[in-house]
Amino acid sequence: MTPMTLMQASALSRRSVVFAGLSAAGGLVIGVPMPAKAGIQPAILAAGANPTKEMTAFLVIEPDNSVTIRIPHAEMGQGTSTALAMMVAEELECDWSKVRIEYASANRNARAGGKLYEGMRTVGSRGVRTSVKLMQQAGASARERLRVAAAQGWNVDAADCTVASGKCLHSASNRSVEYGALAAAAAAVQLPQEPGIRAPRDYRLVGKWTPRLDTAVKLDGSAKFGIDAQVPGMVYAAVWSTPVAGGSLKAVDESGLKALPGLLGVVKLKDSVVVVADKYWRAKKGLDALKIQWDAAGQGGVQQADLDKGLRDALDGPMFTAEKKGEPEAAFAAPGAKLVEATYEAPFLSHSPMEPLNCTVQLAPDRVDVWISTQAPMAVLETAAKETGVAPENIYVHNAFVGGGFGRRGGAPDELLHAIAAAKAVGRPVKLIWTREQDIRGGRHRPQAAVRFKAALDAAGQPSVFQARVAVPSLLKPGPQTSVASEPMAVECIAGSFYAFPSRDIGVLLKNSHVPVSFWRGVGSSQNGFFVESFIDEMAHAADQDPLAFRRTLLAARPDALGVLDALATKGDWGKPLPKGRGRGLAIIEAYGSVSGQVVEVTVAKDGKLSVDRVTCALDCYHVANPNTVAQQMEGAVIMGLTAALWGEITIKDGAPVQTNFHNYRMARFADAPPRIDVHLTPSGGEVWGGVGEPGLGPLAPALANAIFAATGKRVRRLPLSHADLSWA
Amino acid sequence: MITLTVNGRRHDVEVEADAPLLWVLRDELGLTGTKFGCGIAQCGACTVHVDSKPVRSCVVPAGSVKGAITTIEGLSTDLKHPVQQAWLAEDAPQCGYCQSGQIMAAAALLTKTPNPSDADIDREITNICRCGAYPRMKKAIHRAAALARKA
Repeated sequence: MTPMTLMQASALSRRSVVFAGLSAAGGLVIGVPMPAKAGIQPAILAAGANPTKEMTAFLVIEPDNSVTIRIPHAEMGQGTSTALAMMVAEELECDWSKVRIEYASANRNARAGGKLYEGMRTVGSRGVRTSVKLMQQAGASARERLRVAAAQGWNVDAADCTVASGKCLHSASNRSVEYGALAAAAAAVQLPQEPGIRAPRDYRLVGKWTPRLDTAVKLDGSAKFGIDAQVPGMVYAAVWSTPVAGGSLKAVDESGLKALPGLLGVVKLKDSVVVVADKYWRAKKGLDALKIQWDAAGQGGVQQADLDKGLRDALDGPMFTAEKKGEPEAAFAAPGAKLVEATYEAPFLSHSPMEPLNCTVQLAPDRVDVWISTQAPMAVLETAAKETGVAPENIYVHNAFVGGGFGRRGGAPDELLHAIAAAKAVGRPVKLIWTREQDIRGGRHRPQAAVRFKAALDAAGQPSVFQARVAVPSLLKPGPQTSVASEPMAVECIAGSFYAFPSRDIGVLLKNSHVPVSFWRGVGSSQNGFFVESFIDEMAHAADQDPLAFRRTLLAARPDALGVLDALATKGDWGKPLPKGRGRGLAIIEAYGSVSGQVVEVTVAKDGKLSVDRVTCALDCYHVANPNTVAQQMEGAVIMGLTAALWGEITIKDGAPVQTNFHNYRMARFADAPPRIDVHLTPSGGEVWGGVGEPGLGPLAPALANAIFAATGKRVRRLPLSHADLSWA
Repeated sequence: MITLTVNGRRHDVEVEADAPLLWVLRDELGLTGTKFGCGIAQCGACTVHVDSKPVRSCVVPAGSVKGAITTIEGLSTDLKHPVQQAWLAEDAPQCGYCQSGQIMAAAALLTKTPNPSDADIDREITNICRCGAYPRMKKAIHRAAALARKA
């Protein structure tokens, strides 16, 4: 091949990637090439689209022995696609270097009544832990069919055949055959019953540090994210939604658009304006040229201080009892009881994934295609069906690599509604991209929250009672109402705490405002972790005990948590003396089925300048699929937690978020990252797998605040830390 | 009509001179490896090279570019650039969305400062990674510097 034809071939294959999404069963291919020593393999193009060649709905084995594994969860950086492929390969006994991955088809799942690939929703750190058995079974069932097919071909007893590294073997006759040659026959094999799956102690691949399958395509620009979708004839759209959530569009002055080239339409929705043009930058320019009047629905006078006060005042009002145990009143009244009390606050936060929300749609009378980066393809499919009237089995969702989700892409797909409206209006396929300003201003934020704690210590310095009063917006029931009710997310890490408090009294008020909220990485544990673990530190100091020893006593019945504490003590140099102005802080939470702890080491200069010198993480998630990606999740959670703790806040002014882009919604950069982040995994086994994506976030803020207290004697009870004066003398 | 030289090839593009380079690369030339993140030169997801220097293409009018543009697609043909090799060895990316910009920023830094210190990296690379892959990327930059010295 001459260089020119190579280039043409490459260009052709890129086009094919784009068009593959239009094929029968749908789904853009995600990632593929192994970082093979020789270089990159070409991207695979099928996308759950070739049922005639597949062995099962979960895998395709090609004649060249390559194995394509279909992943029912979104890959948004958390490494789930590699981990789930490892689960299949563990049982399949294939050659791991020939494993490729692609998304399972949401359309096919819908046609199978949502049962084939289960919910396909990648939220709650559930990607691996809820699909372990599904994926292992997929691998085991395929392996057995291959083995039986080999035996039938040789006319021998299947019991005498074994499998290893992508081959079936019959040792008695010294024969072997590769999976690639067996796949077609194996697809037709009927088993009397499906085989069992391996116990974790028998794993050979799972649990080993394994390079991600999606790394290489993310290094040369070839990985396709939702925003990269290309559909023939498509045009572009930009959107601006009401700055005051719940408000509506009053009037649009379009006179500024007269000279705009390529303008195709201005679409007015109840709470948004969409400008459609032949080029994205023209659509964006048009958006900027509009003069829009909004109706703030009576919320235009709401200020952040009002919302803060509303939550604080609610702490004195009626609450729903989420947990009551022992005799709290008696414990508080006991003679000699030493009371510890404190109130904590945390702000709204924006998710702001690096890939702004975007969606491309192509509408036909009897078929809808949607290209989108989503954590919830079935929700996208159902929403598209509802919005267009096209039957769910004729909706094709082409999920792509997700450029960060953190919960923002797990719920209501706002961007889908905008794109469908635009495509209907102009009668062409439309790619709609949110600006960063629309992302932050139109966010569905991490709930703002306030909590008041009260505890009593007995004569030995042990807590006899733990009381919390929580005021937080509801994640499950949107709307402006206040409910004397609870929901699990509101009291994560607070109700049902793993600490052995003999008496407990946990009250909750779900106090909403007009500001929309949604699940944000770590959900309740992201703010409640800060509250509880800061307060535990306060209790330990009030009891004049070392914060780690204090927790050890309270967690004596939890060997998993003790394992995490031991790792933190040893690896985090706990107890090693530091000079004034330097300090270590500790935090440990139970969240998403795992126990996660961190030790943060800081230096605070006399003028209050803070530097985070080191973070040591320990995690017991009971079983580890891929230590590589689990470590990545811990490292990343530390950085994201640091961004939130140091600067993160959405502030409401005149009903709308003040922050608009990264110049005023600050993100940690290289210079802000701790010079050292160490991760120690302490999986203690058992029946149940723990989550990984979210548990790393909650401990960072409290461990940091506790370290600041150790360094300066200053207690931070309100986030972000940028409001606190940390200077000391 | 403007003329751009991208990854060694000359392109005549029918767009207005103030069209942002980012969108011309992505939507007119099909080079979607360069990403949109903020539109105001804050995040660096759109970083490309103009004459080996990093620029944030979301705020650069395409018509103003006179030099040779290199995008992530043109950094190497086979992942052999030391930065790509180092990124692979450290398994640096998570979601991957900012990685084209990070890699281009790192490659430009190594051109200017072949053996950067941590402080050099902190000062010179201000690209945002929401997944927080900084620890691995920093290791990868040092590894890339070592690889480039050996080469």
